[in-house]
Amino acid sequence: MKTILFLLQKEFIQIFRNKAMIPIIFFVPIFQLIILVHAATFEMKNIRLYVVDNDLSSTSRQMVSKFEGSPFFKIEGRSFSSQTAEEELKHGQADIILQIPEGFEKNLVKEGKDEVQLIINAINGTTAGLTYAYATNVIADYNRQIMVKSVGMSPEGISKTIAITQSFWYNPELNYKTFMVPGILVLLVTIISLMLSSMNVVREKEIGTIEQINVTPIRKYQFIMGKLLPTWVIAMFELAFGLTLGKLLFNIPMIGNLWLIFMVASVYIVVILAIGLLVSTITNTQQQAMFISFFFMMIFILMGGLFTSVENMPVWAQYLDKLNPVAYFIKIIRMVLLKGSSFADFKNEFFSLVIYAIVMFSLAVRRYRKTI
Amino acid sequence: MIPVMNSEKPIIIVKDLVKKFDSFVANDHLTFEVKQGEIFGFLGANGAGKTTAIRILCGLSSPTSGQISVAGFDAYHQADKIKKNIGYMSQKFSLYEDLTVVENIRLYGGIYGISRKEINVRTQELVEKLGIAAVQNKLIKDLPLGWRQKLAFSVAVFHHPKIVFLDEPTGGVDPITRRQFWDMIYEAAHEGITVFVTTHYMDEAEYCDRVSIMVDGKIVALDTPANLKTTFGVQSINEVFLKLARN
Amino acid sequence: MKGFIIKEFYHIFRDFRTLIILFGIPVVQLMLFGFVVTNEIKDAKIAIYDQSKDQVTQKITQKLLSSGYFLLDKNIKNYSEIESCFKEGNIKEVIVFESDFARKLEKEGKANMQLIADASDPNTANLLVNYTRAIINNYVAEMAPQAKIPLQIIPQVRMQYNPNLKGVFMFVPGIMAMLLMLISAMLTSISITREKELGTMEILLVSPLRPIQIIVGKVLPYVLLSFVNAVIILLIGNFIFEVPIQGSIILLLAESVLFIMVALSLGILISTLTNSQQVAMMISLVALMLPTILLSGFIFPIENMPVVLQALCQFMPPKWFITIIKSIMLKGVGLGYIWKETLVLVIMMSVFILLSVRKFKVRLE
Repeated sequence: MKTILFLLQKEFIQIFRNKAMIPIIFFVPIFQLIILVHAATFEMKNIRLYVVDNDLSSTSRQMVSKFEGSPFFKIEGRSFSSQTAEEELKHGQADIILQIPEGFEKNLVKEGKDEVQLIINAINGTTAGLTYAYATNVIADYNRQIMVKSVGMSPEGISKTIAITQSFWYNPELNYKTFMVPGILVLLVTIISLMLSSMNVVREKEIGTIEQINVTPIRKYQFIMGKLLPTWVIAMFELAFGLTLGKLLFNIPMIGNLWLIFMVASVYIVVILAIGLLVSTITNTQQQAMFISFFFMMIFILMGGLFTSVENMPVWAQYLDKLNPVAYFIKIIRMVLLKGSSFADFKNEFFSLVIYAIVMFSLAVRRYRKTI
Repeated sequence: MIPVMNSEKPIIIVKDLVKKFDSFVANDHLTFEVKQGEIFGFLGANGAGKTTAIRILCGLSSPTSGQISVAGFDAYHQADKIKKNIGYMSQKFSLYEDLTVVENIRLYGGIYGISRKEINVRTQELVEKLGIAAVQNKLIKDLPLGWRQKLAFSVAVFHHPKIVFLDEPTGGVDPITRRQFWDMIYEAAHEGITVFVTTHYMDEAEYCDRVSIMVDGKIVALDTPANLKTTFGVQSINEVFLKLARN
Repeated sequence: MKGFIIKEFYHIFRDFRTLIILFGIPVVQLMLFGFVVTNEIKDAKIAIYDQSKDQVTQKITQKLLSSGYFLLDKNIKNYSEIESCFKEGNIKEVIVFESDFARKLEKEGKANMQLIADASDPNTANLLVNYTRAIINNYVAEMAPQAKIPLQIIPQVRMQYNPNLKGVFMFVPGIMAMLLMLISAMLTSISITREKELGTMEILLVSPLRPIQIIVGKVLPYVLLSFVNAVIILLIGNFIFEVPIQGSIILLLAESVLFIMVALSLGILISTLTNSQQVAMMISLVALMLPTILLSGFIFPIENMPVVLQALCQFMPPKWFITIIKSIMLKGVGLGYIWKETLVLVIMMSVFILLSVRKFKVRLE
């Protein structure tokens, strides 16, 4: 027992003497939270609209000004030539072209309907879909406007209709940041834990001090505890630090009991540390350790629901995800912070994490005993 | 002063030690004994198998076959007991470069179960003896090689082990420092610590009580330096070695 | 010098683990982005609170459930159950029909529905609600086809460059950029600093090899590795995911080589900043990889970011590269359209090389 204390003393001295450590511990979370959260958004604004108005009637002009008034769109340019417009699209100067044909107003009145063309740069499929939705909404709104004005009644008066009201719970403003920040906190804790735990042991291998340790009566479990405990402490600290930043910078909701999060985190971090330890038993250089950690982390995080929802993945992937500890923690932390879920709500996920931790840790320790 | 030897019970007993790496035989049926309190030199050219053998004796690697007893404990089943009774200094002088002198001492002292109070006492003594009061709080990486070497040795014997294993401890330092180092070894032996040292500097053989010479994984000679020189009719151990190596 | 280059190759190929990972990363990422990670909704779990349970509500429910977007998880009986549905974490949307639905619709011409979505994932919630609305509106339109509504503006849409809205088109260029950055910049910087750390760099400097030869020798294997990897990504993208290559392949490869050079010069610059592998790794990770993934337009479109970040993105070489690649592959443009971006890359490369040379000289003095 006392041996572990001596080891801990040494580890902490080494960690804090490492000049790179302090900036990493403080700078990385700030960096991640600020840049990542602001960069990672699917909210759209300032979609560049190019107008080809070949009608120039009051109707067409009014429709265009409706686009101008929309917070989503910004008129990039106008011309009479659709060719010019498409060049703009090609050059990447415009995102969407609105083409109004000649005789638009006349046809609307005479035939009762007419077409307008929307040409959207669809390289990014998701934003193209949203752009399309927004554009058609603006057009539909305008359509309703002129109908009411001319005919004197809204479409609802003409036929049966179903009125739909919608409400968004837990995040009424559809604030993407609220969704991202908890996930990024998980990312933060995971990166620090994985990197530190995998590279730390490998470093001793690389340098050779591990031999000196192996000759002493230190038992393997004491050595492992000595290595992992400081990392665990730092990771927990990062979580607390990150939560504070999240509150201060983004005012994320914290509806549920924060202690629950720390409780889950303490188990989750053990899982990640165990994985890091496992990695350290199969690599010989820090470079390898870093690469392999990076590789697995990337998979876990992409499949963990950080950017996209787990439920959107194909069924087989969702099954695989049962082995993904990141997914569990991201789900739990969002549930607790945003919805105030209680332990009963996620006890299954929690126990899965506990089992995972026990299994992973035993595996890592066993491999460690044999190879190092 | 001639160190006192207890020649009744050998402290290291090795019988038919074999170590294979796939098909390469690094240690080929080694058999020897080391007496308590003696300075035993384990000589041989680079690649002869010295480091392999010493690592097995320290419990750093396991033998393919053979009987090994260190400090009265069986190397296969009682490795942890062996570790409590030995000290080790590797070729890389493995102290933590980013810890200070004192921090390194404290760490290893603690690992071997010495109380903090006792650690402090012994540290003070060590500092005075080596004359390093000025640098005791400096990081290891800021110290010159010779000092690191002496420190590594001191740390290895800090807990007064029964045996200390030294693997090529004098590599890379000047002759004066080497001489000083051997003074430290003598002192340790004088206090009753058995010293098992490997080296490829043949002149250091003269400093040992007995030496063994390894060639290609086998022990080809084992005796006191004086006897070896007489047997082969030469003036130095170096020449003994050259004669053996040529065969 | 040839011997030196061969030694470098041996280094790399003997490090089997790193090699596997290097070829594994793009393949795995392509698979992930191609088959696994998506924003499209499918089989989202919903709950229905039907206060009417008449023919109309049944029909609408039928329509919803057969769309493929939704999966009915629960039928709930009162409002208070909604909260626990969401708290349990699986149900994403609750659809509420008011009582006497069919009658109200027939007699009063209007009936009410409520869509309540769990917006902790705002993207999914938004999409779910919009899809639900669309389906319901569809039902309404089908209900009364004979109603004549005047002044209908009908938008016709053409999705240019990517008619099927395939997500693949976004990420193949991004994966290329990320990987080239990883190999050419990060590995190079680590490789050079490792020699410095081990002390073998000094041996090289003392040898008859000139510094420029040492650098080239170190760097050449990574150039080849990157290039091979890039080609693999393009092939997989083209054959498995059907990402077209509308423009000139030669131009594509040439621009890729240019980007590799930019990344290399960055890697060399980083290696002049430190003697420690760990620090080189950290700098590469933070200053290269993360921005490449986040700030290059790879996953998140730059246009949606706050202005400050957009400005930052302009300094990221991968951003320009991705634009170039996308233009060539998907728009089929020639150099005439992308000469600006190409020039930016050339300038960046020159700047990095200049800085590296200067730092190198300072060190030797």
